[in-house]
Amino acid sequence: MPHIPLPSDLPGIRGAMAFRPETARPLNALVEVLLTGPSTLTRGERELIATYVSSRNCTHYCHSIHGAIAAAHLGGNEALVKQVKTDFTQADISPKLKALLVIAGKVQQDGKLVTAGDVEAARKQGATDIEIHDTVLIAAAFCMYNRYVDGLATVQPDDEALYRERGRRVARDGYVTVSEEYLASHAR
Amino acid sequence: MPHINLPEGLPGITAGFAFRPETAKPMRELAHILLHEPSSLTPGERELIATYVSSRNCTTFCELSHGAAAASHLGDPAVVKQVKTDFAHADISPKVKALLAIAGKVQQDGKLVTAADVEAARKHGATDLEIHDTVLIAAAFSMYNRYVDGLGTWQPTDPAMYEQMGHQLADKGYREASVRQPVEVA
Repeated sequence: MPHIPLPSDLPGIRGAMAFRPETARPLNALVEVLLTGPSTLTRGERELIATYVSSRNCTHYCHSIHGAIAAAHLGGNEALVKQVKTDFTQADISPKLKALLVIAGKVQQDGKLVTAGDVEAARKQGATDIEIHDTVLIAAAFCMYNRYVDGLATVQPDDEALYRERGRRVARDGYVTVSEEYLASHAR
Repeated sequence: MPHINLPEGLPGITAGFAFRPETAKPMRELAHILLHEPSSLTPGERELIATYVSSRNCTTFCELSHGAAAASHLGDPAVVKQVKTDFAHADISPKVKALLAIAGKVQQDGKLVTAADVEAARKHGATDLEIHDTVLIAAAFSMYNRYVDGLGTWQPTDPAMYEQMGHQLADKGYREASVRQPVEVA
């Protein structure tokens, strides 16, 4: 049961966002820029970073929904998403993305763990400054979203089909658009 | 040296914000709502939560800038230091102590927050909204701190710079830049 009364029909972060629409807006705006805005990293790659960090934080709702969104962007390749969560070094992803996931994994623990060597390795595989910046910020932001979802003890369903369906919608319409629906339906 | 080519002379998060204004905008807005807009928790109390979390994450820039903002609101730098070292003995309300216990758990892992932690805060008068905002402030600073550290930003320790920044943040909030031009510190 959530620690505070959240709308019971909205799982995970959606319940928390409906509880406090004022903070939901910048939270959605940030994830929209980072994961769907113009970038030289594909939307699938950015969702994989979000999924990996959420998986390391053991936040079921976030790693399930972002894993589903990643799969939707990657032609339904759920096996690839699973491989990134369990051992990305053996996943069929670019060397650049592997180097960025190393950085993301360190930020998930503590930003101070990122070394000049980690950044150099990413650059060697073609990563740009803005890609490195966005990797650090995606990892940092998911340390926030994950703690928000867990810290309020939100409902985090097990049903994979639910995430799959929702993932396709978010991949198609983006975060801000889908959030407008549930924020409006729960307006105080 | 920062890991990427950040504008020179801008300390901490202000360099990340100048590098990428598109992400700076919602990050500033979030901090402004959580720390500066009207709330039943005073701005000083909310800055103490931000300072405490940043201190536990050992992120110098955030700890010192929000500590300075808290001191500016509260007119009492000693209480800020006491909250960082041992808030149980600080001259703050039992409610804020109970909320800091929740914030400290969120800083580690949100799953550590128990129903009993929340009950203890409620017993001291904390509302649902105050509990929500405490969790989100602690979560948000787990982001800001990692962002500042993960980019290897410049984090000076000059107290005068932070004191000035603290007054400005306490006065104006977070929608506008607290540092507009490169700063030079001893």
